[in-house]
Amino acid sequence: MHNELKSQVLKLLASGLRLDGRKATEYRKPIKVEYGFTKTAEGSAKVTIGDTEVIAGVKLEIMTPYPDTPDQGSIMVGAELLPLSSPEFELGPPGNQAIELARVVDRGIRESKAIDFKALCIEPGVKAWMVVIDLCTINDAGNLFDVCALAALAALKNAKFPKYEDGKIDYRTKTSEELPLQEEPISVTVLKIGNHFIVDPDNEEELVAEARLTVAIMSDGSLCALQKGGEFAIKLEDVNQMIGIASDGSKALREAL
Amino acid sequence: MVYARRLDGRKFDEMRQIEAKVGIIKRADGSAMFRFGNTIAYAAVYGPRNLYPKFLQDPSKGILRCHYNMMPFSSAGERVRPGGSRRSKEISMVTKNALLPIVNLEEYPNSVVDVFIELPQTEAGSRCAGICAASMALADAGLIMKDLVAAVSVGRVDDRVVVDLDYSEESYSGIVADIPIAYLPTLDKLTLLQMDGIVPKETLMEALKLGLKACMKINELQKKALKQKYITEGVEDAQ
Amino acid sequence: MTDVQVKDKEIVVPGEILAKGMGYVPGAGTYRNGEDIISERLGVVSIDGRAVKLIPLSGRYLPKRGDTIICKVVDVTLNGWRLETNSAYQAMLGLKEATSEFIARGADLRKYYDIGDFLVCKVSNVTSQMLVDVMMKGPGLKKLKGGRIIEVNSYKVPRIIGKHGSMISMIKEATGCWIIVGQNGLVWLQGEPPAELLAIHTIRMIESESHLGGLTSRIKDFLEKETGKKLEVKLEVKTE
Repeated sequence: MHNELKSQVLKLLASGLRLDGRKATEYRKPIKVEYGFTKTAEGSAKVTIGDTEVIAGVKLEIMTPYPDTPDQGSIMVGAELLPLSSPEFELGPPGNQAIELARVVDRGIRESKAIDFKALCIEPGVKAWMVVIDLCTINDAGNLFDVCALAALAALKNAKFPKYEDGKIDYRTKTSEELPLQEEPISVTVLKIGNHFIVDPDNEEELVAEARLTVAIMSDGSLCALQKGGEFAIKLEDVNQMIGIASDGSKALREAL
Repeated sequence: MVYARRLDGRKFDEMRQIEAKVGIIKRADGSAMFRFGNTIAYAAVYGPRNLYPKFLQDPSKGILRCHYNMMPFSSAGERVRPGGSRRSKEISMVTKNALLPIVNLEEYPNSVVDVFIELPQTEAGSRCAGICAASMALADAGLIMKDLVAAVSVGRVDDRVVVDLDYSEESYSGIVADIPIAYLPTLDKLTLLQMDGIVPKETLMEALKLGLKACMKINELQKKALKQKYITEGVEDAQ
Repeated sequence: MTDVQVKDKEIVVPGEILAKGMGYVPGAGTYRNGEDIISERLGVVSIDGRAVKLIPLSGRYLPKRGDTIICKVVDVTLNGWRLETNSAYQAMLGLKEATSEFIARGADLRKYYDIGDFLVCKVSNVTSQMLVDVMMKGPGLKKLKGGRIIEVNSYKVPRIIGKHGSMISMIKEATGCWIIVGQNGLVWLQGEPPAELLAIHTIRMIESESHLGGLTSRIKDFLEKETGKKLEVKLEVKTE
């Protein structure tokens, strides 16, 4: 369906250029992180990469700990592909794309143990904090995976506990106590088009990509989550290369925080 | 009861700080942001565009669809569960009716104009902020429309008439009436009028008059924001 | 008393009063309300004698008879092809209007134009309910091969083309690219990668500065600087 576009993209990549003149491993500019964008949230951030913009908000709720982890709190990640942000998004409950997005961001945060769940415990077996992260897309110009992951992390860094007294949360009063963060996972998505690998795709590149690999990388370079997408199969050597490119790419995003 | 001074120190006919920006969502055909104090509304317009399923199409004119939504973290209290509520459905409907009178939908038969309003942060006056933003977004999208729309809440708190109630006034323990209005500045007509609270008729009329004045101020800001997009620094204007 | 409230080339928003009194005539983009002529869209004022009209700054394309547009095939039917026109309205390309080749009855139409193909067509008819017919018999009307397509504001197309094509010719000469500009805001380009990107950048510049004066010379200076070539602008020859 997009054959002409794909040949055009491949022809440009053969000269080391992309549709907008970038190099294969180059991020769009600016990469902006605005902390505390939404004052009503316990923590929030508005993140922009190029023209793609996402707002992430953190709300803290009280939960009953899960039976198998009575001394731990937890997180929940929701993503909404708002119809406001693209002519392609429709009204309605989250579809497959939004669900995958939320679960991939969740995995990066959860598996890196970015938040010390034990420190979220209020009363073992009875009460603990649930950190709810909501991702709302504002403009989809491509690469929502990476922008959402970065926004979620920035919102977590920005979050402060609300006043909690006598079993009641006073959301209008924030304390100065930050979330127990112990790691900062960065997600980078690498796309495969023909024999080329690119980062930070725009809308058209996403249309012609054969496969994508989202890699969550911890501050010491270890990997904590992977997600392959796209309808084509990839070789082991591709995986090796894509992870290398993702690791390099993560530096630019980590610096933006 | 006497309401001698507004809780946040404003004058009785003074709005919270207002801000307007146009063209903030590049993928939309038209977009804008409007803010009253701590209430921020984004609006994006897509249209005229294809309308499916076909049976929804009207051969005599386009249809206008409006969707108002609060982001889960936008409320000062608990998280707002995604998916809308009866309240947001009603607001979507009255917002649509506030915009319908101005858009010349006969120019776009068999199509749809979609208006999406999202609020990242709310603290009273959200439907009005949404309408102000939507009006600019429709103009930014190049739609044929008779006028812009400005919206603001007016009301009474005890013995005083006020403009742009904030959260503390809406939940004040005295006698409060909250009256959101939307007004067409050139055509001098109202397209939104709702009220909850108790108010004598004369007080209502007094409040509405103040509301119209506030809407004119909002309109000036909307005009400026729409034109701002086309002002380039350092380049001479035509001639 | 007739009074014009705005200056020529001023940018106005919907609802702005452009003229008071009955001495002026409401042109495109304006309407009369009692004694006033009022703007009905975001646009640039153009006062032409007694007529006040607006040149639109934005808006989705609305198909018009006679326009040359670039369309994308989205469906193949028994009688022809259905096309997306970058507007709210799809167009039909009938068998008879599609090509000067002979199409046999029962032929596989996808051999001629397949789903996803981009075609340069001419709008032959638009009904009041916006049913659009296009045809491809005529000079310059063809299927596009290779190259890439970008989307521009359809109201900026006249500026991108320029008077008698002067602007687009200048860009073609500077970059060596093949360029076809559709009235519907789709532009097809084909050239060597760096030159193609320069052409696209130039077109985007024109889009964002189209309402400002001195555009042609600014673009000429920019292209000369970027390519090192000396360019000629074929200016309008005033006749009579």
